Amino acid sequence: MHRFANPTRFLRIAAVVQPWVAWITVTLFAVGLYMAFFTAPADYQQGESVRIMYVHVPAAWMGMFCYAAMAVASAVALVWKHPLADVAAKASAPTGAAFTFLALATGSLWGKPMWGTWWVWDARLTSMLILFFLYIGYMALQGAFDDRARGAKASAVLALVGAVNLPIIKFSVDWWNTLHQPSSVIKMGGPSIHPSMLWPLLILAVAFKGYYVWVLLVRIRQELTANKVRILQLRQVHGG
Amino acid sequence: MAEFFSMGGYGAYVWPSYGLAAAIMIALLVSSLRGLKATEARFERLKAETRPVRTGSNNEESPDGDEA
Repeated sequence: MHRFANPTRFLRIAAVVQPWVAWITVTLFAVGLYMAFFTAPADYQQGESVRIMYVHVPAAWMGMFCYAAMAVASAVALVWKHPLADVAAKASAPTGAAFTFLALATGSLWGKPMWGTWWVWDARLTSMLILFFLYIGYMALQGAFDDRARGAKASAVLALVGAVNLPIIKFSVDWWNTLHQPSSVIKMGGPSIHPSMLWPLLILAVAFKGYYVWVLLVRIRQELTANKVRILQLRQVHGG
Repeated sequence: MAEFFSMGGYGAYVWPSYGLAAAIMIALLVSSLRGLKATEARFERLKAETRPVRTGSNNEESPDGDEA
């Protein structure tokens, strides 16, 4: 890990890796979306509305994955003061917030025809909404201090405390009565959905992950370059 | 074709889901890429501005200094 700790080396590697990640992501999206619309069948109960699953489920998974990544990076930043960890945590937040928002919005669009309502205040939906607010709070806190280091520290603590929400989201469908169906992909004894639906779902899930890595690389590069800009500005202010 | 777009009567729910996902994900990607480009341009500009100042101050310290 420490080989990548050097920001300059990271910048060089990221610039090389980024186009590959971009192409893999675009290809996976093309294949996944084709399968989602043309090879995957309609559901015998939900009809064509089941196709919402192929954006809803990957978005929800990634909403949680990004938060977990952010929490781990925050822990590394707090404990080891790793120079890239803070930057990686900060760069993960907007993508995570976007995915969580998409999970909520597409869930709403799926809930209306299937449940007869856009929204219910049940455990799964509410804990997901809290996840969205955690992202917003994290990003707001980061910018709330004049001293950047203090903002980073405060938001890292928030990210760690908020991580308690992740198992609550995961198990909410088992712990409480809810309209939301329990997990049908990740469960003991293997997935309970047909391969013709499972494959596009998994391919799109990997495509979403590729998209996350792509945006993450871009945002880390941006952040590291912004740090260099600040150093140059300081040098100018102090008479060069 | 029309049948495909009607999504068995669920078109009003399926298409907005995909449209929203595409819009948000493309917007975030484009704004991230633009942010990177703008910051890199800013860095190059600052670097170009800073260099003459630095060599200038070096020259003051050692008037006959040869940086090569």
